[in-house]
Amino acid sequence: MAIEDRNIVLHVNDVHKTFGGLHALADIDLAVEEGKTHAIIGPNGAGKSTLLNVIVGRLAPTKGAVVFDGDVLTGKKPYEINQMGVARVFQTPEIFPELSVLHNVMAPAFAKRDGAFKLNMWQLLRGEKDVQDEAEHILEDVGLIARRDDHAGSLSRGDKRRMELAMCLIQHPRLLLLDEPTAGMSRHDTNTTIELLQKIKQRGMTKVIIEHDMHVVFSLADKISVLAGGRIISEGAPDEVRNDPKVQVAYLGGAEE
Amino acid sequence: MFGLDAKDTRFLLIVMFLTLATPVLLQPFPETSSLAQFNAGYPDLMQRFAIFGIFAIGFNILFGLTGYLSFGHAAFLGVGSYSVVWMYKLLDYNVLPGLILAVVVSGLFAVVIGFISLRRSGIYFSILTLAFAQMSYNLAYSVLTPITNGETGLQVYSNDPQVLLTEAGPHLPHLFGLVMSDATRVRLGDWVFTFNFGYYFTAIIAIIVFYISLRIFRSPFGMILRAIKSNRTRLDYAGINTKPYMLAAFVVSGMYAGLAGGLLAAMDPLAGAERMQWTASGEVVLMTILGGAGTLLGPVLGAAFIKYFENIFSKINEGVLHTWFGWLPDGLEDFIITIVHPFVGEGWHLTLGLLFVLVVVFLPGGMIEGLNRIAGLFNKKSEKSEEAQDSKSDARESQPAE
Repeated sequence: MAIEDRNIVLHVNDVHKTFGGLHALADIDLAVEEGKTHAIIGPNGAGKSTLLNVIVGRLAPTKGAVVFDGDVLTGKKPYEINQMGVARVFQTPEIFPELSVLHNVMAPAFAKRDGAFKLNMWQLLRGEKDVQDEAEHILEDVGLIARRDDHAGSLSRGDKRRMELAMCLIQHPRLLLLDEPTAGMSRHDTNTTIELLQKIKQRGMTKVIIEHDMHVVFSLADKISVLAGGRIISEGAPDEVRNDPKVQVAYLGGAEE
Repeated sequence: MFGLDAKDTRFLLIVMFLTLATPVLLQPFPETSSLAQFNAGYPDLMQRFAIFGIFAIGFNILFGLTGYLSFGHAAFLGVGSYSVVWMYKLLDYNVLPGLILAVVVSGLFAVVIGFISLRRSGIYFSILTLAFAQMSYNLAYSVLTPITNGETGLQVYSNDPQVLLTEAGPHLPHLFGLVMSDATRVRLGDWVFTFNFGYYFTAIIAIIVFYISLRIFRSPFGMILRAIKSNRTRLDYAGINTKPYMLAAFVVSGMYAGLAGGLLAAMDPLAGAERMQWTASGEVVLMTILGGAGTLLGPVLGAAFIKYFENIFSKINEGVLHTWFGWLPDGLEDFIITIVHPFVGEGWHLTLGLLFVLVVVFLPGGMIEGLNRIAGLFNKKSEKSEEAQDSKSDARESQPAE
């Protein structure tokens, strides 16, 4: 491990999280390698979303710390964490429903270019050709260019997810966090989303993906951590994890099947 | 032109034309006609249209774009008025130093009130702004009497310093010698039009600040304000620190309100605490919603509509009704007047209230939505013939109708 350390983008160090008497997370150690897709799987209530919320600063860990690229994320505000290069896709797409699809994608681009705040009242949006061109380019990538002037609220759920992904991609994040990116999607939408994520993978973006759907996980992940009862019970390449008897008991061969 | 695209330029030119032609457009009935009392083209009322238009344009930058409802903007209106009257008292009757001071001081007030109030959102934000405005109002009546002259209201006295005032200089509000109340009356047949310097002064300022608001609406800043209204959480996770954006919007709209308050005192050299009362704050909310929150022109229409009602509709008393319905048989005449009377004259609030309810229920987008729907009806008919030419140019320019 020591040799690989310089390639580790995200370190979750001995994180514990308790809610009252409930141990939601215990002894969590994660190391996410640069350019890799790291999946976190586990049955319902295993603590996956809690872990993601601790990483992005929405929840403060009871103990331990999250380190991104040498900086401690713990205690930072969401916008500060984003400015450091961490973008997030939510379980339920978080978008700007009243804005056009194009503006949805342009807003995060301004955050990337201008920082967390810029008093740019006198510039005109239509003068921002570079940002608009890039947004259009990314909308082409995700297959939404034809809807660029529609209100984002009118998109289907699958399209909203793709747009949210575009909102993250335009920032060229160093780390992309995906919380159940295919939850509640039809098979068709799931497959197009997987294709899209595979396309991103080729660009070498580091991703942490939380997922329920095994089909999605095994088609994308380089490494899988299995969470059950707030602990990591297994970790490794997809094939190792698939064959781990502990995992089969806790998850794959459990009551759910 | 002015960095705007063709559509916005056309829009701005129309607004400029309407504003400058107001003294003619609002005087549609000849003096001799019994409808002459519906004419609104007299200086005092037109000035109010422009001033409250400015107030509402500024309020709309905060409320229309970000959705944050301030119930305390009248405080800035009052601050603006006091600033201008103080400059009369200390320097002379030139309105310019006072107006600059009004914008600066209301901006400073807005920084403080906004900084504290914006720590909360939703109803708590509204209540905090309301609390600040009521506090200002009560302070103006009590401990701040040395500055505000309490209940009497602030005005210029003969023993005030007025260090710049010369014997020859105008003893009325003016701009470098051009007196606000100067007016030229033009008679054309039975029509009489009044062109007043004060109105044109406020109208030109209104056009300038309207242009500024148009620029803000079309800027990345404006887009981010809309995004705050739409989904603040997403913006946080997209790397935007929303607080300074909100504060900037609050301060800009506070400065607009201060300018409007200053102009009130520029037209009439008085300032009273009642300008800061919560009813005045509520009025600008009504104007914005009635006209169409978040649209560029809506708040101005709303402001004009409410001021028209307040000044014209309220003048229809029982005597006027008798002249209208005099041709009916006596019994019927009295009956109709009994029914109509509560809605006009002093009852104008009732009619305005009912209209407000109707607009909010049936036209949530305000009067602008109504106008757009009417325009839509006409467009449908001519659509087929124009479709071929228009589709290409409109596809890229299309924006929500404003």
